[in-house]
Amino acid sequence: MWTYLQPVLGEIILAITASQFMLLTGISKSEKRPDLIRLFAVIGLLLFAFSGFFTDRNITETFGGAFVNDDFARYVKLIIGLASAAAIVLSRNYLKREKLDQYEFSVLLVYAVLGMGIMVSANDLLTLYIGVEMQALALYVMAAFNRDSLRASEAGLKYFVLGALSSGILLYGASLIYGYAGTLRFDGIALALQGDYGPGLVGGMIFLLCGLAFKISAAPFHMWTPDVYEGAPTPVTGFFAGAPKFAAIALIARVLYEPFGDLAEGWTLALMVFAGLSMLVGALGGLMQTNIKRLMAYSSIANMGYALVPLTAGTLAGLTGMLTFMTIYIVTIIGVFACILQMRLRSGIVEQISDLSGLAETNKGLAVTLTLMMVSLIGIPPMAGFWGKWFAFGPAIGAGHYFIVVLALVSSVVGAFYYLRIIRLMWFAESKEPFIVGAGAERSLSVMSAILLIVLVVVPFITHPSLSLIRNAATSIAG
Amino acid sequence: MTIGLTEYLTVAAIIFVIGTFGIFVNRKNVIIILMCIELLLLAVNINFVAFATHMGDMAGQIFAMFVLTVAAAEAAVGLAILVVYFRNRGDIDVEDINLMKG
Repeated sequence: MWTYLQPVLGEIILAITASQFMLLTGISKSEKRPDLIRLFAVIGLLLFAFSGFFTDRNITETFGGAFVNDDFARYVKLIIGLASAAAIVLSRNYLKREKLDQYEFSVLLVYAVLGMGIMVSANDLLTLYIGVEMQALALYVMAAFNRDSLRASEAGLKYFVLGALSSGILLYGASLIYGYAGTLRFDGIALALQGDYGPGLVGGMIFLLCGLAFKISAAPFHMWTPDVYEGAPTPVTGFFAGAPKFAAIALIARVLYEPFGDLAEGWTLALMVFAGLSMLVGALGGLMQTNIKRLMAYSSIANMGYALVPLTAGTLAGLTGMLTFMTIYIVTIIGVFACILQMRLRSGIVEQISDLSGLAETNKGLAVTLTLMMVSLIGIPPMAGFWGKWFAFGPAIGAGHYFIVVLALVSSVVGAFYYLRIIRLMWFAESKEPFIVGAGAERSLSVMSAILLIVLVVVPFITHPSLSLIRNAATSIAG
Repeated sequence: MTIGLTEYLTVAAIIFVIGTFGIFVNRKNVIIILMCIELLLLAVNINFVAFATHMGDMAGQIFAMFVLTVAAAEAAVGLAILVVYFRNRGDIDVEDINLMKG
């Protein structure tokens, strides 16, 4: 029994946490409820994150091979769990001040993470679909969580319509793959590709890839991203930019490397198109933005493009590069949103970039942290962001994809313009009304991730274990 | 003429295309978009069941049951979001969903 359940231990913990919330609401006082449930959610997410360390590494498959918890899944779950726990901690102050503090927020977030866990562990088209949907349905509701706001409900509606369309496309691809491979299992599909295969399998893979590209907001499937990021409540946007992206890109990596490893020539081209378009759209679209959440949406489109670049190599190094890049990106994004959540005037929260002007005079600490984040996003050497890009573009050069790397560098330079504009505004512009002092959680998380971005590079006893974790993870599916 | 796999796949493909077009071409009403999403999922179900029967494999039919369940959940969430939107906005014309742009 224990052998069967061990690989799903993390998911079981999350499922129990989330469903016990419903019971806890019955026995707790209503004003204490959101805080109590938030505490349990954070504990559950941390247990989920570290579940990979206290289960047996040799037992990976369960449910007849439909669910696999290998080193790759363990690593991705570690990052997803930590990022989501940070998102809950960050949401507290915002939700309280905006009078949105309902316990359902934590419940939905935990269910979304449960879906992500199933996604990264999928070893079967059915598991893949259930994971994607479970995640998406919780996220649609979270986008529209501020139900009295027209913008939030519009964001939720747009996200729902385009998300449902994308799962339709994904599902159509899955049905074609099932029909032409004769099985839902990933290893069976890989086996079918060894022999004679019809165009149906290739077509199915393209449909599946397009559906998944929606989830990571890679261009040309990015149109929902700016609107949803702008309309959704800020902590939700911060959550959207981190964990779900990592889960979806990990799923893409697994699908491409495991069942479709033999079709590498086909999907390399498709990935290059996605990566190239995303980088261009992200770099050019961000130039004229005035809203910082919308700017971060374009930034995340561009960054998903960078994350796809190493995967085009189709090698072990490519997978390692993607995991390294995404890890560093998620640390940065938590810090950036911890900063954005501190942009609050006496009259309420603000999200225009111009509100940051002269921040260095009024709030030096916030200005320094945000500057470090922006420097890391540009990719200037002392910060970890540089090494993220280094690990991401190296494998593509190794595979001889010079064109895509040149494109990536060009769009990094173009993108640097809008990050630098923020830095210039903060340090050299007229100061405005100062922000009120943010909550402790937001301040400490933003400072923590800024420090982590420097420390990750400098301190070897953090760098080495994390790199060897990433290497093990990559080896387990590409080795 | 016997109805074989090809016919089922053709019907499913046509329904899928109608669903996709419905989402993009329709400019009037969000409810129609929800109906088109159902069409997409049902087209996929036809595919799965046709393949499953053709190969004599149960997995496809089980998948179809799962798709039906998820479709129900999706419709519930979608309608709930739509109701919230309607309360804030007062109508559900597709052309008016344009608060955020750029």
